[in-house]
Amino acid sequence: MRRLAGRVLFALLLAVIALYTVFPFYWAIVSSLKSGSALFTMEMFPAQPAWDNYAAVFRERPFGRNIANSVLVAGSVVAVSLFLGVTAAFALGRVAFRGRGMLLAAILAVSMFPQVAVLSGLFELIRWLGLYNNLLSLVFSYLIFTLPFTVWVLTTFMREMPRELEEAAMMDGATPWIVLRRVFLPLMGPAMATTGLLAFIAAWNEFLFALTFTLTDEMRTVPVAIALISGASSFELPWGRIMAASVIVTVPLILLVMVFQRRIVAGLMAGAVKG
Amino acid sequence: MHRILALLCTVLFAQPASAAVTLTLSCGSVGIEAQLCREGAEAWARETGNHVAMVSTPSGSTERLALYQQLLAARSGDIDVLQIDVIWPGILAAHLLDLTDRLDATSRAAQFPANIENNTVDGRLVAMPWFTNAGLLYYRRDLLEAHGLPVPETWEALSATAKRIMNAERAAGQDRMWGFVFQGRAYEGLTVNALEWVASHGGGTIVAPDGQITIDNPRAATALTQAAGWIGGIVPQGVLNYAEEEARAVFQSGNAVFMRNWPYAWPLMNAADSAVHGRVGVALLPRGTGEDARHVGTLGGEQLAVSRYSRHPAEAVELVLYLTSRAEQKRRAILGALNPTIRDLYDDPQVLAANPFFRTLRETFENAVARPSSVTRGRYNQVSAQFWNAVHAVLSERGTAAEVLDRLDRSLIRLRRGDTW
Amino acid sequence: MVAPAAPGLSGLERERRRAAWLFLLPMVVAVVLVAGWPLGRTIMFSMTDARLDDTAAPAFVGLANYNLLIRDPDWWNAVRNTVVFALVSVTIETLLGLIIALALNERMRGRGLLRAAMLIPWAIPTVVSAQMWGWMLHDQVGVVNEALLALGLIARPLAFTADPDLALWAVVAVDVWKTTPFMALLILAALQLLPDEIYEAAEIDGLGPVGRFFRLTLPLIRPALMVAVIFRALDALRVFDLMYVLTGNSAATASMSVYARQHLVDFQDVGFGSAAATGLFLVIAVATVLLLTLGRVRLGATENGR
Repeated sequence: MRRLAGRVLFALLLAVIALYTVFPFYWAIVSSLKSGSALFTMEMFPAQPAWDNYAAVFRERPFGRNIANSVLVAGSVVAVSLFLGVTAAFALGRVAFRGRGMLLAAILAVSMFPQVAVLSGLFELIRWLGLYNNLLSLVFSYLIFTLPFTVWVLTTFMREMPRELEEAAMMDGATPWIVLRRVFLPLMGPAMATTGLLAFIAAWNEFLFALTFTLTDEMRTVPVAIALISGASSFELPWGRIMAASVIVTVPLILLVMVFQRRIVAGLMAGAVKG
Repeated sequence: MHRILALLCTVLFAQPASAAVTLTLSCGSVGIEAQLCREGAEAWARETGNHVAMVSTPSGSTERLALYQQLLAARSGDIDVLQIDVIWPGILAAHLLDLTDRLDATSRAAQFPANIENNTVDGRLVAMPWFTNAGLLYYRRDLLEAHGLPVPETWEALSATAKRIMNAERAAGQDRMWGFVFQGRAYEGLTVNALEWVASHGGGTIVAPDGQITIDNPRAATALTQAAGWIGGIVPQGVLNYAEEEARAVFQSGNAVFMRNWPYAWPLMNAADSAVHGRVGVALLPRGTGEDARHVGTLGGEQLAVSRYSRHPAEAVELVLYLTSRAEQKRRAILGALNPTIRDLYDDPQVLAANPFFRTLRETFENAVARPSSVTRGRYNQVSAQFWNAVHAVLSERGTAAEVLDRLDRSLIRLRRGDTW
Repeated sequence: MVAPAAPGLSGLERERRRAAWLFLLPMVVAVVLVAGWPLGRTIMFSMTDARLDDTAAPAFVGLANYNLLIRDPDWWNAVRNTVVFALVSVTIETLLGLIIALALNERMRGRGLLRAAMLIPWAIPTVVSAQMWGWMLHDQVGVVNEALLALGLIARPLAFTADPDLALWAVVAVDVWKTTPFMALLILAALQLLPDEIYEAAEIDGLGPVGRFFRLTLPLIRPALMVAVIFRALDALRVFDLMYVLTGNSAATASMSVYARQHLVDFQDVGFGSAAATGLFLVIAVATVLLLTLGRVRLGATENGR
């Protein structure tokens, strides 16, 4: 009886959490279907949905191009940081050497400066490298926040891996590179998928660097493109259209996550079979 | 008309025919403002055989300023012509070209004096006025008529009128009704609003044009005390976090009798789907009481400036002159309701036919006061932040006006570091 | 050490260390390349009087900026706001994240749906979600007030973002909404790496679900949990968008990043702003050392107690 009550309470708690999480997004969808004064009303289901907001997003700006840019940038950032992160994590997590703690602390320190403080330095660096108004500038600058994160998380997971696996492989004469690829990569699947996903979304949502290091519409990424949606005058906030744009960029991301999560589970199963 | 022709001639013949250049112009991002900007630039490009590339920058003015500063500090020639806010000439002056020689006496006289004065830093005209803005009082015509009350002339009358109508409407079941909404969030907009209260009481403009700090005076204290008295009474407490759009949301839903806002809200109020469609009037903002009291709206608006690091300064200046010309301002006024900075356009029949409410506006612009941005220069944002924080403290009852202004005065003196800004 | 027990491995061990440095090199080079100059420059400028509107070369002023910083009550107010915010929001996020991750790790109906739903807040760009919440929390036309009124929880609309007593909680609520998915996902990844056998053993030992959680699960996921907490804390201590969009530039509610940005960008005071940014760095460094100590995170120790 008490168990049942506990389960019911737990389910109730989850329902409240789900409502808290989802309702704002539902409200964003509702708002994206409203225009003019309707935005200031509490209508839960817009009687006359204003689909035009969605059309307007693509009509007025190269929004498709902006989405493509974001996918390209976030994808490259994730690929680069996962590669650098996993090799470094192998060294930091599996091999004992002096200065390891210092190195980890130094990497973490990079994440301790406010973004606005590193902006000017990065800006100079990017101009010096000739990457201004180039998507590569974003791939480069985003490493400043994705690298410390991926290195730390992957190192932590790498440490938790059982030692026996590695020793067996090494007895067979495998080089560290082979050990990393054949033994650890398959096992690190869920951790890498999660880290990659979090890094992807962080890069996808980044605004300040994207605004400062690109200049023309063809190079803008999604958050900047959304911030550039403005009304007839600089004071007016065309809320319906901004919400439409946000829904457009969020839905594919959620779909991606759902596919990704299936893969995580699938990866686990495959690992289990092989192991 | 022949002035335009003369201008066209200079534009056409001053160019060396061979060298077509590409200029980069930063103005609004979407909507009618951007469209008009693009059309104007394209027209210039066709006439001169040059090219203009458009750059979109965010409309939120803080982000745009940060971006400009980043580019200009790096001495980048990536943007030739910049659209800048009315408070930036002082901040960006070191990076902008002097346009003084390009505005002759007649054209200068045709402009509102406040705009020209505002854009002049150390005797250099660093930006051309493009379109202007000033605070207005929006009122519910239907409610004033129903209660038989006139449009308030003074802030006191506004308080009394707002209170009466609000109470009557609430008693009649409209329990969401408020008397007045404005921009009370701790940001530049609060400086704008509070400057209107202070200046309309004859309390000066925080820092006088000669650099004297004048804010610690009894009239300013009266103005701020009066405003603090509104909060929770005729004004919702939430106003302490309202910017323009939050205030408009309340007024446009029919939940406020009066609103202080910029002219942009007018067409939105009167759109077909607006809850107060056809029931709104605009007037000059009220004045204070006592001597020197007058109607005041704080000057807003946008200017065009040429970056000192432009690779084609001559062409860039021509583009600015073209875009800020009388003909172009008239076109923008008719098609986009953007307020010209040239005075007699407010008497132009075509402009008035397109925007009947411009008649009220001219007086507002003649009475506009500029924020002390040209005199305080690079320190303006700091002066403004201290001022809005002080006002916010008074409004949220974290101190009396007299105390807060005394503290503000001392901290502004520290900020000035010496006798000059 | 493994080496003495198996002499044949010592050569291998040396090769392993050489390989380790080779593996580290690309990452270290990348970090130095991307972060070296920006961070060094900030620290350097913090000791000068550099300004954005002044094109002359900046002069060295020693620690004068830091001296001004520690005597500015607004700075200490910003430090207090930020620390309180970070403490409250990270605590709530950790607890909620744990609950969600445990739920998602169970085999139950609707799991896929919950998992997708949970990610929505993290996926909406912050610039947008902060503004969206600003509107939802509007005192007159906001849906949150409307809902609370309809449920009879409040008698009249609250000014969530304007009332200084409520503003901090409003910001915390939005931050919890936004970043709990981050926590939940990382914890979930840790849970999924746990082998099933340990639970089978617990079954035999007759541990209940609560005992199982505290005696088995929690100690095993602690390293991953601590890393998640550390990165959340770093982000929370650098909070900018949320405070900036929801409560404006008021000195009363500003965070450290808002303060630093204001001086660095709005006031064009690169020297002083850099000092504030470095001050922020020091505060975070202290917080991190505390977290690492309290969480007993081993930085230098070898894996698996070796």
